[in-house]
Amino acid sequence: MGRFVKTGERKLKPISTASLPDIVFIVLFFFMAITTMRETDVMVTVRLPEATEGKVLEKKQLASFIFIGEPLGNLQALYGSEPKIQLNDSFKEIADIQDFIAQEREQLNEADKTKMLVVLKIDKDAKMGVVTDVKQALRRASALKIMYADMNVNKMTFPE
Amino acid sequence: MARKRRSTPEINAGSMADIAFLLLIFFLAVTTLDTDTGLMRQLPAIPDPNVPQDVNKINDRNILEVKVNKDNLLLVEGQLTQFNQLRDITRNFILNPNNDPDKPEKELVNIPFFGDVPVSKAVISLQNDIGTKYGVYIAVQNELIAARSILRNELSNQYFGMSYDKLDDDRKRAIDDYYKVPISEAEPKRIGGK
Repeated sequence: MGRFVKTGERKLKPISTASLPDIVFIVLFFFMAITTMRETDVMVTVRLPEATEGKVLEKKQLASFIFIGEPLGNLQALYGSEPKIQLNDSFKEIADIQDFIAQEREQLNEADKTKMLVVLKIDKDAKMGVVTDVKQALRRASALKIMYADMNVNKMTFPE
Repeated sequence: MARKRRSTPEINAGSMADIAFLLLIFFLAVTTLDTDTGLMRQLPAIPDPNVPQDVNKINDRNILEVKVNKDNLLLVEGQLTQFNQLRDITRNFILNPNNDPDKPEKELVNIPFFGDVPVSKAVISLQNDIGTKYGVYIAVQNELIAARSILRNELSNQYFGMSYDKLDDDRKRAIDDYYKVPISEAEPKRIGGK
């Protein structure tokens, strides 16, 4: 009957952390699945306009991005606070768009070249003058499929 | 002699968690979570100067003229309009339920799944000033697209009993043909200052 009698000092077993890596790996795979690679560092402030009819961009590899907005705070000393156009990682002018599109198109497969999409990420307070210039440049570069990036909302709030 | 229990030597996996955390943090840093959404549009090609232009002007009654000026005011068919009315005005314009002579004419067209149906010849023309705010311009675009997609959705529910998004490509095309309603962006005009 001595079996149940406690004898000697009992040591607390350490908590097993063997499953911790598994848990972290699950979190890691989750993030790998739902996120996408960051391609460019955005150097302008872009507050996207609101819209209800926006569609999700599905084939991101076919998309090229054009950003238009005020340069970020620390860059304003250098570039001023007027809205500027950012292509890839630098500020460019309207005249550079045609080269940019040609370059982006070069990176696509032959089959995908006609499906190229240009995503315009433009600050909502930018003026249409610059947007129209960009659109005309895109027409000249025959990049006709465009997407106005928006922030999807359920109900519009209209400017008064 | 009692047998000694031998335990298999354990591999120390304590640092595995650290490695996994490192990878996790790396992925958190280099990836973005947001998915891009936006309004898809097709720009018109630059007209070829060697090819004679289509001289068939669209009948005035078929065009819904939408203008936004530099003070971000909305003008629909020459009338100052509130933004929240635009969707209903557009819808009413496309449908033209009373066959109003000032609103778009209808043409009998044979469309698969529907047969011969009267199709509205409505066209929406959107003009803006160079001083218009981009946000306002997108709001107007959104309302025009919304009016059209509401009509398409209604038709889809009525004929096929499901929403437009769930239809197959053939049926989608038929519905697109029923409510074509191109939204044209006029050649930009340089009027008004900054």
